[in-house]
Amino acid sequence: MKLDEVPQDPDSAYGGHSKLLYAVDDQGRYQGAPSAGWEPESYSTQLAVAELQAQEAEAHAAWQRGEASPLECLMYRYRMDLPALAQIAGLWQWRVRRHFRPEIYRRLSDSLLARYAEAFGLTVDELRRYQKELP
Amino acid sequence: MSAFEHRQSAHCESGVMASLLSQAGLPMSEPMAFGLASGLAFAYLPIVKLGGMPLIAYRMPPRHLIKTLSKRLGVRLTSRTFSNPEQGRQALDEALDSGRLVGLQSSVFWLPYFPPEMRFHFNAHNLLAYGREGDDYLLSDPVFEAPVRCTTADLQKARFAKGALAAKGLMYYLDDVSPEQDWAQLIRQSVLSTTRILDGLPLPWIGIRGIRHLASCVERLDPAQAKYNRLYLTHIVRMQEEIGTGGAGFRFMYASFLQEAGEKIGDATLREASTRMTAVGDDWRQFASACVRASRSKGGAPDFRPIAEMLRGIAGQERVLMKELGAWAKHKGRRSAV
Repeated sequence: MKLDEVPQDPDSAYGGHSKLLYAVDDQGRYQGAPSAGWEPESYSTQLAVAELQAQEAEAHAAWQRGEASPLECLMYRYRMDLPALAQIAGLWQWRVRRHFRPEIYRRLSDSLLARYAEAFGLTVDELRRYQKELP
Repeated sequence: MSAFEHRQSAHCESGVMASLLSQAGLPMSEPMAFGLASGLAFAYLPIVKLGGMPLIAYRMPPRHLIKTLSKRLGVRLTSRTFSNPEQGRQALDEALDSGRLVGLQSSVFWLPYFPPEMRFHFNAHNLLAYGREGDDYLLSDPVFEAPVRCTTADLQKARFAKGALAAKGLMYYLDDVSPEQDWAQLIRQSVLSTTRILDGLPLPWIGIRGIRHLASCVERLDPAQAKYNRLYLTHIVRMQEEIGTGGAGFRFMYASFLQEAGEKIGDATLREASTRMTAVGDDWRQFASACVRASRSKGGAPDFRPIAEMLRGIAGQERVLMKELGAWAKHKGRRSAV
């Protein structure tokens, strides 16, 4: 990659920052060059983020219908999936999946809720409030 | 200790090591730190899942650079992890108050200065702490343009985040850094090691065989699964470009290392290898563009064979280059032994 080929595409997923790439000048000498973004890369990032948002919206709808606990929706909101949440909370995946059921989630002990709260960076009270938002 | 100067880097671990060494009196560029630690690799690990996708790595696993580089340069590396976060905080404060520059491993997700788009649960991010001011830590995050600040509570959360590759508050610093190094020997050794990682392991998922394996996975994608294919192809692009690699999955950074190494010991073979590694890097970028083009195209059955062929072409070029570099390193070794 030559210095003048270092991409400077706007609307990147860098949030206004630039990142460093390595490129060669006319004499073929390497140097670091800031890049504001590369369109194929931003497309890939945005696609992955959109996928998580779609999963979150779906889980949110299920929660609002009373078919799921808020846990699944929060999991996607905090950019996790089932294996990640299970590992962070230190639980088996089947237990986490069981807690997606509203009637089971409502009876969870404080110590279990505390594990989820820590995973999301919330307090237990904040986590409980999500349950009360139900219609 | 002289005043600390922040340097932006492409990759966190090589950037932190380059800064730590430079600050301790051994001037070191980021590509040099990456190359001397033999950081370049390729691995396709279907067992490790990231959001349901296989892990595709273009470099050695986290902490490899720190350990390998310290060992090769004969530097004393002190690293500590903590089961008690409060002890971790105290140890960091003590080290900073005694004027040390400290490397930290942390999660990306919980660092508040990251823009929301870049936040994901990756626990093996590296950054430097160079001081404290009130409740703020003064941090030099190598992937950012300028130094940043972070409150105690936020940094604690990031250092002690749980999950895969959990940092457990890992902090590290270097002592006994000698500016006198046998560069010819170091370069020879690290290049030889890279050729063995990329083209010498009898495992189908590592190195050049891993690239070929990825090629056949791309070829076998079912055209009917349009949504999965889109996510799969862009996942490869994210692994290659999004996570600070300096472009083309570290190939440009390694080419920069080969060039600098060639100049340092006055060796034309390495300089020539650098030019060819740059060409390989350009092909990786073309491959990324092709992946995104294929995910974008609507309607009609997409043909993944040309993309797989691009990968096989890259694998072929890397194999030839590694064979030549391997022969060069072994030849050098024999001559210097006489």
